[in-house]
Amino acid sequence: MANQISDDTIEYVGILAKLELSPQEKERAKKDMEEMLDYIDKLNELDVSGVEPMSHVFPVNNVFREDIPTDIDGSKDALFNAPSVKNGGFEVPKTIG
Amino acid sequence: MSLTSLTAKELGKKIKEKEISVKEAVNDTLDAIEKKEDKVNSFVTVADKDALLKKAEEVQKKIGEGTLGGPLAGVPIAVKDNMCIKGLLTTCSSKILEGFVPSYTAEAVKNLEDAGAIVIGKTNMDEFAMGSTTETSAYGATKNPWNLDHVPGGSSGGSCSGVAAEECVCALGSDTGGSIRQPSAFCGVTGIKPTYGTVSRYGLIAYGSSLDQIGPVAKDVTDCALILETISSYDRKDSTSMKREGLDFTSALKDDVKGMKIGIPRDYFGEGLDGEVSQAVKGAAKVLEEKGAVLEEFDLGLVEYAIPAYYVIACAEASSNLARFDGVKYGYRAKEYEGLHNMYKKSRSEGFGTEVKRRIMLGSFVLSSGYYDAYYLKALRTKALIKKEFDKAFSKYDMILGPAAPSTAPKLGSSLDDPMKMYLGDIYTVSVNLAGLPGISLPCGMDKKGLPIGLQLIGDCFQEKNIIQAAYAYECTREYRHSPLSDVYQVGGRR
Repeated sequence: MANQISDDTIEYVGILAKLELSPQEKERAKKDMEEMLDYIDKLNELDVSGVEPMSHVFPVNNVFREDIPTDIDGSKDALFNAPSVKNGGFEVPKTIG
Repeated sequence: MSLTSLTAKELGKKIKEKEISVKEAVNDTLDAIEKKEDKVNSFVTVADKDALLKKAEEVQKKIGEGTLGGPLAGVPIAVKDNMCIKGLLTTCSSKILEGFVPSYTAEAVKNLEDAGAIVIGKTNMDEFAMGSTTETSAYGATKNPWNLDHVPGGSSGGSCSGVAAEECVCALGSDTGGSIRQPSAFCGVTGIKPTYGTVSRYGLIAYGSSLDQIGPVAKDVTDCALILETISSYDRKDSTSMKREGLDFTSALKDDVKGMKIGIPRDYFGEGLDGEVSQAVKGAAKVLEEKGAVLEEFDLGLVEYAIPAYYVIACAEASSNLARFDGVKYGYRAKEYEGLHNMYKKSRSEGFGTEVKRRIMLGSFVLSSGYYDAYYLKALRTKALIKKEFDKAFSKYDMILGPAAPSTAPKLGSSLDDPMKMYLGDIYTVSVNLAGLPGISLPCGMDKKGLPIGLQLIGDCFQEKNIIQAAYAYECTREYRHSPLSDVYQVGGRR
């Protein structure tokens, strides 16, 4: 493998991805990522200097609209799927000590 | 004979002419699902029977009053489980969305419902559309109706197997890197991935937003054109929806390819392509040539760079899109945790499957500081170069012809151990998504194992009509082969 993923890197990516991997999963993730990156390195064969990164194929621009308040109470719908609800809001574990 | 052996157009016509009622169409479809679901597992959820029959009555009334007169009025349709439908369980085939009941309906589905189509249920898929076999579903693998030991392809495997098994006459799928075209090929049905921006993504649970498109799956090109015409619309709720002309796709259903210029990329027939697939696809090209199309081989270029660029972009977008599943607003929350962050982490780690986690990890890595330029931006630059290659090709040809997949459907359980190998199976489909192009896959033969082979036609942006017309002309030369799970299946035979 040309790419070496360290334990620290997997740990860091896990933080970014908000995933907690078991030791076995971590080993597998390292191997998978090394393999994928080796393959992705194929892109280095291409000379892309001067080429603009293309995020969208068509020149699409964000669509804006006026922010007009409406009188629709969607809170019941919004809360319907929540795992935990309290006082008309999403309930989460305590975040401030 | 079950009504599900008909095409959507045929069924709609019988309903319109009052030969059968909408209720009968719904009941027949439910019966077919009940009879076959044990074998294929195409559905995650089948809609409630009473609710369906009530809807059938409403549609019947409107047909009687003349307020619904379109060809899809009263026709039951299945929808891939990554499209939100108000009041109907929507899981993306993931544990993390177990019990999720949307409060709104995807625009594409709404367009169908406005035309009188009736959503019969939600079809199985690879979890969050990540996979090529429909084996990564948290609700069990779907089987290929042609051979139950084989996969149906993916990620829209349930939609394609449902149509091929004749549990339903038609379905919606979604295509991010081939997820409509490849399973259509594996199941011997027809599917279209339209030009990016043609069908609204509002209500489609995002995987790779810059690549995702919803499209039809059906028995033939006519049904696909009909459904695509119905679901396509400009939608201000989707920021990448296009205001475009020429959505009357059924006008292209003409048996005429005289003078059409078809480019055949040599790169699509090289190493890695199964011999029988190659032969069948070349045979289809010959048929089109005999009908007056002008064929020419050419070098497309950059074909081998499409998969690495695709996986970087798709995983990067997925890592961002799937950040919303955190155990707060909907879906699964871990039972035990310490504090907020640990709750996020545990809910996500327990709720997502292996392949989804693999892609989120890779996506997070390529977007992370220090690697962003080397991987993500590089992939976006490669995408620009790939688009240029297609622009060059379409300055000479009306369409590109090739296989939809390098082989026929693999056996169940033979793909997931080696993800790299599975990813390479997307070689003929992913570049179409990167370049935003329309593509159609339709049956063009069977291999010796009795598994279907798919032909792919790729058009320039907004030129769906070209590929629909050529596909229709090709289809006119053959008859639809019903799968062994069809009521009208004949061994080695035709309709």
